[in-house]
Amino acid sequence: MNILLLVPILAPLAAAVLAATLGWRRLSASVTVFAALSVLISGAAIGSRIGSGARFSVGHLLRADALSVTMLIVIGTVGTLATWAGIGYINAELAHGHTDSRGANLYGVLVPIFLAAMALAVLANNIGVMWVAIEATTVATAFLVGHRRTRAALEATWKYVVICSVGIALAFLGTVLLYFASLHAGAPSGSALNIDVLLTHAARLDPAVTHLAAGLLLLGYGAKAGLVPFHTWLADAHSQSPAPVSALMSGVLLSVAFSALLRVKSVVDLALGTGFLRTGLLIVGLLTVLIAASLLVVQTDFKRMLAYSSMENMGLVAVAAAAGTELAIAALLLHVLAHGIGKALVFLAAGQLQAAHDSTAIGDVTGVLARSRVVGTAFAVGLAVLIGLPPFAMFASELSISRALAGAHLEWALGTALLLMVIAFAALARNGSRMLLGPHDASSPAIAVPGSVAGALVTGVILSVALGLTAGPFTQLFHTAATLLGAAP
Amino acid sequence: MTQATYAGVLDLAAGAFLLAAVLIVWRRELRAIVRLLAWQGVALAAIPLTEGIHQRDAALLTVGVIVLLLKAVALPILLGRAVGTEDHERRESTPLVNTTASLLITAALTVLAYAVTRPIIALDPTGATRAVPAAFAVILIAVFVMVSRRRALSQAVGFLMLDNGIAATAFLITAGVPLIVELGASLDALFAVLVLGVLTGRMRRAFGDTDLDQLRELRD
Repeated sequence: MNILLLVPILAPLAAAVLAATLGWRRLSASVTVFAALSVLISGAAIGSRIGSGARFSVGHLLRADALSVTMLIVIGTVGTLATWAGIGYINAELAHGHTDSRGANLYGVLVPIFLAAMALAVLANNIGVMWVAIEATTVATAFLVGHRRTRAALEATWKYVVICSVGIALAFLGTVLLYFASLHAGAPSGSALNIDVLLTHAARLDPAVTHLAAGLLLLGYGAKAGLVPFHTWLADAHSQSPAPVSALMSGVLLSVAFSALLRVKSVVDLALGTGFLRTGLLIVGLLTVLIAASLLVVQTDFKRMLAYSSMENMGLVAVAAAAGTELAIAALLLHVLAHGIGKALVFLAAGQLQAAHDSTAIGDVTGVLARSRVVGTAFAVGLAVLIGLPPFAMFASELSISRALAGAHLEWALGTALLLMVIAFAALARNGSRMLLGPHDASSPAIAVPGSVAGALVTGVILSVALGLTAGPFTQLFHTAATLLGAAP
Repeated sequence: MTQATYAGVLDLAAGAFLLAAVLIVWRRELRAIVRLLAWQGVALAAIPLTEGIHQRDAALLTVGVIVLLLKAVALPILLGRAVGTEDHERRESTPLVNTTASLLITAALTVLAYAVTRPIIALDPTGATRAVPAAFAVILIAVFVMVSRRRALSQAVGFLMLDNGIAATAFLITAGVPLIVELGASLDALFAVLVLGVLTGRMRRAFGDTDLDQLRELRD
């Protein structure tokens, strides 16, 4: 059991060491795929054993509960799809001269480190260690964003590193203040930042200092989750990264950062009541959806369009967290999983479209469905997931979030969010249908689909459909996580 | 060390820490700014070292030595390497806010820091905690430096000042976060500065300059 908690961190690290020694080889890239798969499998195995409790490992350094299991499953699923497709994607980049062997080697090392850092972030018991892991994802992904080494990629990397580092530094200040409050509430100094210790001492935390800490933590982790006011890095970084990295950042990193916020919220709510963070999350959530929806309408670049769709969804997740009931949190977790798989599909498909057209302009890409069955279907299914069409899972999660908001007497927030989501829906559907079904002629370039990309896309489509038809054992898991986070029934 | 000397030394360190930040706002010469940052690192390390001696805490002394090596030696050397060799590269470009206005804003931010930190001092009114407004002022000044300067290196300096301010807050109010968190955070800061250094070099090769006004291709 204890070993099981180490697998999601150590397996990707071992893959990184192998990639560092061998360089970009089929073997090292395949081992990375299996490392990502082992994150998924160990997540499921932990989930089948913990029930509604929590397990510890390495003293009290690591801790797994239903939320960690959920996030491990998201990291493992999207990680497997992205690293699998990454094999074909990077080989094609090498063939076209967009990167060199040094760039490919760096990619091979940094991607598994990125996965390990995210696994540590969701398994850390100490919220200081959780912070270190999330900041480590910024460092690990910096050169992945700048992979193509163009001027635009350099600009995106600079903004990404500076904005995220500043944002996340605020979260560290919040963590320090929480530590200070926790010490004064009588927690022992060695373990005052451990989640279990914080939860038991939460009722005695000094309210004034905890207010300050909670505000800083919301802003700080919000920066990494793509929420206002530090959201400006998101579209640049997502549009310049290699497609598998965009899939990982958009599908997993944003929600890992948000899960950190959920952890903090469970402590802060006990200390201050639910009102403070509810107000904060509603403001940043609705503003994020507003900005995302307005920029989706005027978007002419398909990778940026997908990035703003991620912002829109994270905004909605923040609004759901503000409602905070068991129904809302469980729906939010389903939303995160479905969004992760759907976003991986569209970004991986978009990577092939970008490679074929050497452009990311929406106007340059038409008739994809007729030109490539695999890429077209994957892009169509991914978009259908993202705009919340039935039978896909985001239809169910958005419905549950709406019910939860109405139940929490937040009808005005529900109305505002729905209106903005309809605008985003229209923009995505209009651009998507043009790209998929628009007229094309013989002069359109061929869309190449390497075997590994096709494998990942087909698997992603199957997973999306399966998750839409039945959430199965996940329903229980999500509700357990919601209860553990202190959500009211 | 008597209680009075202890409080005096801590106040002196916190004052020097804030003074370095103000001087960084004042100066335009990038090499001078990096040197001031190194002095700020010394003032920062003095806080855990003083507390370590006062409380006879070996772990805190170790942390102090690590902070001294990292913040006063390693990081300034890394940043110093990223300063360009050409004349126009060695000075901050014409600033968005002129020096006089910058210094006035710095004073206003310091007053703001006193207001923001009142709940912290109320919870634990000891000598060390009373110095925390200086650390918060450095945090606010660092954010101001990051938004008002136009050289890549100045932004990196601002980021490090922010990091220093948070570290000083941690040392003053809690005698430092748990060792594993402190080590992880220091490692992250080191890597972040390495990344920024490499990016500054790439920027100079790609644009022939490190003026951040060049970064305007991506927008909506």
